[in-house]
Amino acid sequence: MTSGSPSLTVSRLAYAYPDGTQALYGVDLTIERGERVALLGPNGAGKTTLVMHLNGILTPGHGTVEVAGLPVRADTLREIRRRVGLVFQDPDDQLFMPTVREDVAFGPANLGLRGAALDRRVRDALERVGMLDAIDRPPHHLSFGQRRRVAVATVLAMEPEILVLDEPSSNLDPASRRELAEILKSLDVTVLMVTHDLPYALELCERSLVMSEGVIAADGATNVLLSDERLLTAHRLELPYGFAVPAQPG
Amino acid sequence: MSAGHHHPIYRPADTPVHRLPPQCKLAAVVAFAVFVVATPRERFWAFAVDALLLAAVAAAARVPAGVIARRMVIEVPFVLFALAIPVIGTGERVQVLGLSLSAPGLWAAWNILAKATLGVVASILLAATTEPRMMLLGAERLRLPRLLVQIATFMLRYLDVILDQMRRMRIARESRGFVARDLRQAPVLAKSAGALFIRSYERGERVHLAMLSRGYTGEMPTIRDISATGRDWAMAGMLPCLAAATALLAWSTT
Amino acid sequence: MHVPDGFFDVPVSVGAGVFAAAGVAVCLRGAKRELDDRTAPMAGLVAAFVFAAQMLNFPVAAGTSGHLLGGALAAILVGPYTAVLCVAVVLLVQAFFFADGGLTALGVNITLMAIVTAVVGWVVFRLITRGAPRGRATLVAASFVAALVSVPAAALVFTVLFWLGGTAPIELGSVAAAMGGVHLLIGLGEGFITALTVSSVLAVRPDLVYGARGMARALTLRTAEGEVQVGQAAPEAPPAGIGLRPVLVGGALVAVLLAGVFSFYASGDPDGLEKVAADKGLSAQEKPHAVENGPLADYAVKGVEDQRLSGGLAGVAGVALTVAAGGGVFYVIRRRRRLTDGMTPANAQ
Repeated sequence: MTSGSPSLTVSRLAYAYPDGTQALYGVDLTIERGERVALLGPNGAGKTTLVMHLNGILTPGHGTVEVAGLPVRADTLREIRRRVGLVFQDPDDQLFMPTVREDVAFGPANLGLRGAALDRRVRDALERVGMLDAIDRPPHHLSFGQRRRVAVATVLAMEPEILVLDEPSSNLDPASRRELAEILKSLDVTVLMVTHDLPYALELCERSLVMSEGVIAADGATNVLLSDERLLTAHRLELPYGFAVPAQPG
Repeated sequence: MSAGHHHPIYRPADTPVHRLPPQCKLAAVVAFAVFVVATPRERFWAFAVDALLLAAVAAAARVPAGVIARRMVIEVPFVLFALAIPVIGTGERVQVLGLSLSAPGLWAAWNILAKATLGVVASILLAATTEPRMMLLGAERLRLPRLLVQIATFMLRYLDVILDQMRRMRIARESRGFVARDLRQAPVLAKSAGALFIRSYERGERVHLAMLSRGYTGEMPTIRDISATGRDWAMAGMLPCLAAATALLAWSTT
Repeated sequence: MHVPDGFFDVPVSVGAGVFAAAGVAVCLRGAKRELDDRTAPMAGLVAAFVFAAQMLNFPVAAGTSGHLLGGALAAILVGPYTAVLCVAVVLLVQAFFFADGGLTALGVNITLMAIVTAVVGWVVFRLITRGAPRGRATLVAASFVAALVSVPAAALVFTVLFWLGGTAPIELGSVAAAMGGVHLLIGLGEGFITALTVSSVLAVRPDLVYGARGMARALTLRTAEGEVQVGQAAPEAPPAGIGLRPVLVGGALVAVLLAGVFSFYASGDPDGLEKVAADKGLSAQEKPHAVENGPLADYAVKGVEDQRLSGGLAGVAGVALTVAAGGGVFYVIRRRRRLTDGMTPANAQ
């Protein structure tokens, strides 16, 4: 692995869906190793489309994506998918095996791990999200918050270079939301978090990107961006009622 | 999407039949069906022996007769057809209960009913004692092309999605006062078919993307070992071997 | 209709099994070109959809039941090769998991419901969409006709198989009439369901319809200097859409083969139908050798008579004429289209 390169580099990325609708109009962004970055933006800004490019589910119509120096191409897909851990918004999309153990083992087993090494990987990943007790339970018997944590574990078990989360706090009750935040803070990986939950972004990420109409419209410290009321209004972003970020100098 | 591993057709239990590796059971059932079809239709006793064999398997697997009977309704369309053959059939006529029936037609009807019923019951027993997922693993073991196994895997997964979506759409329709009473409502139902397709696809697409994101390349990693021993094969082989012996005996006595 | 165990004799079951296996093998090779990361689940979904639709089994007449066969729909949505695999998987799962359709009749069922419907449906669909101006209405109409034609085509092949080795002593004429009539009705239903499904998928996700694969448009880059137009990067593995040619050539070969073989058997024997009926009669049962019962075995031992040979040749010639006539019409239409296309200003890419 080229340890010097940033975790993620996207340049001039443009994409149109096969029906002709263009979703990305030249996205440029760089995320350094160990950073936690929030990707903010209204519905339809192209956030999900961008995320789908990060592990090669969609192929760029123009431009490039690099993960830790490795370009996303057909021949690198396998390694790219190991490096980019994607946690979907709905954990039910992510959990499809009969037990938590099998579900977490699915990824590493696809990478060729077997036996004791596989078992260790599974237990380790579940331990990091505090779900080791549920290892032999069926995912659909867990609460929504627990399922989301298991979903994070399924990805952690792949030992990714960068963790990409789509709306990690959606549908969580306040306690689960806090627990997940603590887990995310404790992880030692690069994190890109797609969210509408501005307080969550502020709590977890020092840096934010604002995406709008298929391009990155703003990039900077989260507290600076969130105190810029004009920027928020221009891109249909709103802080919750009663929540204010004090204006930042500079 | 947690369903898919507990299908209503599968009856979980811990019996010797349930424990057999799936590939042995699959091969045994196919061989059994072949030997039943190859049995001459005039030897009634041979079919009785085959039926007894299946009854023994059902008893060993603790599958109640009622369950088998209920699932046999799948056969109804062809039973009706078989019953019609003697009436519309050609050839020599015989009088049965005042009806003029075709003698070869009666033979044909008996032939289809007996063989189809034995085949249906054998399949029901297979499905009742084998988890769908294990069945697919067994098929893979039997060298069924991987692409077919892959499509079947997705199909079973999507089937749950589709049935679930169907249920939701029905609730949505009915909560707005729609009741499917007769054919006049057919266009509404037909139009929901398209919506059903899209919704199921988009849900299934996300599941697939999640799988791809975790390195899925078309093959489910087999974490559970399902290799079969010689004893397993011998045990599963009893059913087709006895059916083959029956068929042979039936031929030799003609 | 799912044929159960014991409905066809051993030679036809085995023959259809070999044909189905060969067909599936060809499709496995072909499907590699149609399927990629994203379309593999699509195949599974189409299979599940066909499966779900087939569960709605409604009685039509004389104990036959009608339901969606789905081959044409599958061919339009995922391409013909994958479609055959989809429907074959549906039939396998139905036979093994749900005891629907005999295990020994799988060959017959796959031949009829997977191969015949998908191939016929696709050929009809392509012929229409190639000849007519492309657009959503054309695609939907073509879907309707393709599905409508595919069902009686399967019924026709069923009748041929029945004539070769059905175990029920029913006059071929009544089988043909009943199957044809009933399946024309089923075909209408199939046509409506197929057209509605294709139309609604086209409206929302046209990228999911194999039969509507279009071309990529130019992309816009929004940069600080303003908007720039760039061409689409070529996809890494161009989706080598299966041309109509292999399907047509294959279809023509099969047609020639069938016509040749069947007229070879049929034409020399004016009372072939009665003969089959008599074969199935009680008299034949006195020495019931399953393998020798089928006309395949019966006819195969008989010498080649000139009359038959000529009949076979006539059959081949007939098919050749039909293909030539159809091809001619097709060629004229295409040429005319190319001419009109040439007059419109060249479109980008």
